Amino acid sequence: MGLFDLFRKQKTTSAQLAKERLQIVISHERAARGSPDYLPRLKQDILEVIRRYHAIADEQVELRVDKDGGREVLELNVTLGNEADGTH
Amino acid sequence: MHRCIHRTAKELDPETLVAKIIVVTSGKGGVGKTTSAAAFSTGLAMHGHKTVVIDFDVGLRNLDLIMGCERRVVYDLINVIHDEATLNQALIRDKRIENLYILPASQTRDKDALNLEGVERVLEELKQQDFDFIVCDSPAGIEQGAQMALYFADEALIVTNPEVSSVRDSDRILGILQSKSRRAESGAEPVKEHLLITRYHPGRVNSGDMLSMEDILDILAIPLLGIVPESPAVLKASNAGAPVILDQKSDAGQAYDDVVARFLGEERPLRFIKVEKRGLLNRLFG
Repeated sequence: MGLFDLFRKQKTTSAQLAKERLQIVISHERAARGSPDYLPRLKQDILEVIRRYHAIADEQVELRVDKDGGREVLELNVTLGNEADGTH
Repeated sequence: MHRCIHRTAKELDPETLVAKIIVVTSGKGGVGKTTSAAAFSTGLAMHGHKTVVIDFDVGLRNLDLIMGCERRVVYDLINVIHDEATLNQALIRDKRIENLYILPASQTRDKDALNLEGVERVLEELKQQDFDFIVCDSPAGIEQGAQMALYFADEALIVTNPEVSSVRDSDRILGILQSKSRRAESGAEPVKEHLLITRYHPGRVNSGDMLSMEDILDILAIPLLGIVPESPAVLKASNAGAPVILDQKSDAGQAYDDVVARFLGEERPLRFIKVEKRGLLNRLFG
């Protein structure tokens, strides 16, 4: 039995994979759903400004709108990365 | 514009006043919207409810073929909206089932042929004609046609296949229902959502090659109305132009029958979600 279980555990079925991928992409899309249309453009502008001072990749800037009670909060996260790991 | 709506005695009775508008939608194409809209509306009419099914797929009319009335189309939804025909001229009465009517889409290539005011006017007029259910068969996509089909909906059937792109698109269309429908815009009670899983294959779910109903429910988190198995009966039905629910010997026909009964408030256990015994033996010894 133990051996049988071992075999089963090792194998991730394609359906499990599908579910995991869907959960990730859909949670991202739901988070973006209520946010204003200008968000992608704002992100580009912010990227441009930062790049005048520091080389960064697109995914190092994260921008999103959160609802906090009755308030909307624009959250901006910029990761600069460290020089050693060659992210820029 | 239809600002003045004649009040009849019947309209004052809240029980009979409300024709329910149900959109059959999915985002993704080819998942079984039209098959489901045809079967569902036919089922409602079989239960004695006066039902009309409207094809919103302007330019790609197909509901008429699935319903088997393609040779009887003279006028269509766009003609009615543009006052080129009356509603009664455009409505096609089903030859098999009493109380069932089809309003076909136009084959025009004009994308702007539909407009909200026109659609609203047609829906209001249908309500005046004592319809119990108005079923809107949405085109694929999230563009204008799909948004028109869902805008006035009271309830929505979200047709989803156990497949990643279909599930994702269903979630998108749910987002649109929750933000861009009339109910959402006016702050009324939200559109009631029902999940309809089609093309389900229990054997492939068991072998881990297909998302299970539980997986899909986990992700979309809306109430399940029914599961229709992948079935050769669906193609046969569309070949013949007879909604698959009329084929009560078939698994898909019975599944749609359950869907309609559940929608009307009956409790029915889910069927066709497990591998049949014979299928299992075949798999073991085959």
